[in-house]
Amino acid sequence: MAAVAGWLRRAWAHDLAWSFRRSPVTILAAFLTLVCVGGALFAPWVAPHSPFDSATLNLSDGFTPPAWTAKGSGKYLLGTDDQGRDVLSTIMYGARISLGVGLAAVLFSAVLGVSLGLLSGYLGGRLDAFIMRVADIQLSFPAILIALLIDGMTRIALPRDMHDQLAVYVLVLAIGVSGWVQYARTVRGSTLVEKNKEYVQAARVIGRHPLAILLHHVLPNVMGPVLVIGTIHIATAIITEATLSFLGVGVPPTQPSLGTLIRIGNDYLFSGEWWITVFPGLALIVLVLSVNLLGDWLRDALNPKLR
Amino acid sequence: MKLRYLLAAALIAGCATTQAATLRWGAQNDILTLDPHSQNHATTHGILQHTYEGLVRYTKDFQVEPSLATSWQVISPTQYRFNLRKGVKFHDGSPFTADDVVFSYGRIIQPQGTNQIYVSGVKEVKKIDDHTVDLILGGPNPVLLRLLVDFRIMNRAWSVKNKSENVQNYVAKEESFASRNANGTGPYVIKLWEPDKRIVFAANPAWWDKLQGNATEVIYTPIKADATRIAALLSGDVDIVTDLPTQDVQRLRNEPKLKVLDGHEVRTIFIGMDQFSPELKYSSVKGKNPFKDIRVRKALNVAVDREAIKRVTMRGLSIPAAIMIAPGVHGHTPDIDKVSPADAEGARKLLAEAGYPNGFDFGLDCPNNRYVNDEEICQALVGMWARIGLKAKLNAQPMATFIQKIQKFDHDAYMLGWGVATFDGLYTLQSLMRTKTTGADGSFNLGRISDARLDALVDAMKTETDVKKRDAMLREALVMTRDNYYYVPLHHQLRPWAMKKNVSTVHKADDRPESRFARID
Repeated sequence: MAAVAGWLRRAWAHDLAWSFRRSPVTILAAFLTLVCVGGALFAPWVAPHSPFDSATLNLSDGFTPPAWTAKGSGKYLLGTDDQGRDVLSTIMYGARISLGVGLAAVLFSAVLGVSLGLLSGYLGGRLDAFIMRVADIQLSFPAILIALLIDGMTRIALPRDMHDQLAVYVLVLAIGVSGWVQYARTVRGSTLVEKNKEYVQAARVIGRHPLAILLHHVLPNVMGPVLVIGTIHIATAIITEATLSFLGVGVPPTQPSLGTLIRIGNDYLFSGEWWITVFPGLALIVLVLSVNLLGDWLRDALNPKLR
Repeated sequence: MKLRYLLAAALIAGCATTQAATLRWGAQNDILTLDPHSQNHATTHGILQHTYEGLVRYTKDFQVEPSLATSWQVISPTQYRFNLRKGVKFHDGSPFTADDVVFSYGRIIQPQGTNQIYVSGVKEVKKIDDHTVDLILGGPNPVLLRLLVDFRIMNRAWSVKNKSENVQNYVAKEESFASRNANGTGPYVIKLWEPDKRIVFAANPAWWDKLQGNATEVIYTPIKADATRIAALLSGDVDIVTDLPTQDVQRLRNEPKLKVLDGHEVRTIFIGMDQFSPELKYSSVKGKNPFKDIRVRKALNVAVDREAIKRVTMRGLSIPAAIMIAPGVHGHTPDIDKVSPADAEGARKLLAEAGYPNGFDFGLDCPNNRYVNDEEICQALVGMWARIGLKAKLNAQPMATFIQKIQKFDHDAYMLGWGVATFDGLYTLQSLMRTKTTGADGSFNLGRISDARLDALVDAMKTETDVKKRDAMLREALVMTRDNYYYVPLHHQLRPWAMKKNVSTVHKADDRPESRFARID
């Protein structure tokens, strides 16, 4: 208990914590992110309704406007969609998918990119040239296009039933593969610098295996920028997933994400049922904006030149 | 002098511009094929009727009038003699003769097509001379002329030259020259078809009749997304939209630049069930087929809240249905088409009685770009059935792939709509209820229902000329279908069209807009 309290006190006094406390925008962004993540994580317990359990839906409740409008009802705070699903609950469940896919894709991207970057920087030679050329080629395509390509190929390759079950994993793979390049190039640059420092040379002299050198010595020293890229990449990954779902090639409609909800609501936007698309859209904006602001703060806080 | 020439030129130019008008027509789904004998699909027929014609056609109020045949005599109840129109040319210049009629008959009855119903009851087509044919029937047929409207004539020489004597096998994804090119006698020539993009028609200057409208060019654009379709109409990219999303109808009525043409459609939307397979293909129930039990079928029927679907999903634009034909079709009477309110409790009891107290799951196939709000209706049904314990796994896809799948009997339950091209109940009973044989019988009986008493009624109806007796048979057959719950009828569609204020046309209850009536001012 005392150890934890001591740790907390030290953490509070740390540079990062001080820089965090100084910026009200960052505090707000962190709070909003926490709300979004909390709502998404605890959706099955916190959400007022279960919108994806068909047995609980009541079609007659469809198209109810938000609670504060004339025809609204207190039962559905943000209104319902065309099948009678509560919009607030669908946003919470949708945020789950959006966040889940975003985080998993970033993790995949980071692991892939950092590994390739480390190998490329440390080993050099033909492997380095090959990996970097592949990265260059991939950079000339827009990320969405690459994600679409991978998704399309798996759609053709897998039978339809299997595709729906694996859709989320395919999506993570697609977005992950479209984003590894940034990590690889940054890590490669840092690795090239670290490679020639004394402590690495010392480790080589005493005969440590190259892999051990990479993992124990080089990796901790190149992780800083990766953290920053990762945080900002979460926002991009969430937007990419929303775009793919909006186009209809993302998650299957049985597990809608925020992008799917926006697409469903789009049809009703001009006939007066604006809440079905506006609220998921706002939720997406708030989520991505707060994550982006957090990433910005982290980048500035970790930049030695700004300290 | 110069002024007079100038005035004359201006007048001529003025006339020319009022004569030539392009009608841009938007709808939901694209045609399946250009082969008129391949698929019995209303959108395909609606487009192809501009190019391919039959011996007779409908007037604006669905009376039969001469088309490629100028007159006919009933030599005996089983022998009709048709005098063919002289001087008609196909779009490639070949003359229309009796050989083409004989050839088209031989082609339309081939088993891989689904249009045999339009020559149902015809045993043989005999050429008497170049401009006379005899249709020999198997028995008296009271609706023959109505059926012949969709028996479209192709040119024999053109088909043989392009190796298209055989009807395209659409289910096997076959392509042929005739499925990609058209050569008919009709008012419009199909200039090009880019599947899922557009079809361009140009008026046929050598047509034997006159256009009642002034559309010299028609561009048909399938736009699946509801919001995009309406946006195209509002922005002026299309002149007329015949597939209105229900949520936008009120808004379009209030729009000053547009007008909405109301009209009902003789199309009934329903759910069909596999009642033939010993075991359902996508279900959790192994070893038996729950849909063979009338109590299960009744439970599915009774659990559907048609009024809620009408109010919420269709925004009032549907007529809840208890029988499989719509008002306006001969044989429909309001007393047999009374819908009872939904009863989830009763449905659950029925399922328990049938041995499924915890329900079961099954696959539900639906199109998503064909009928008004088709996918949304299916989603609503999933919810209603989930409440009684039946978990339906929805598989919604575009009509082109959906129709291939269900015609291969690869389904547990499916949604379909049936419009009645002849405006007579026999058309529905024969295609949907009668046991499937080759030909027109049971051509869309995709659940493979087989009821011997129903078959006997349908067969008797085909040749019964006494109207009272025939009407009684129609009624009995419709009631039998209803009370055996062979299908789950949902509703009859109401189908308003929206168009710019300067466009006028005739609303057709068979959902086949005819551009020859369209006038753009």
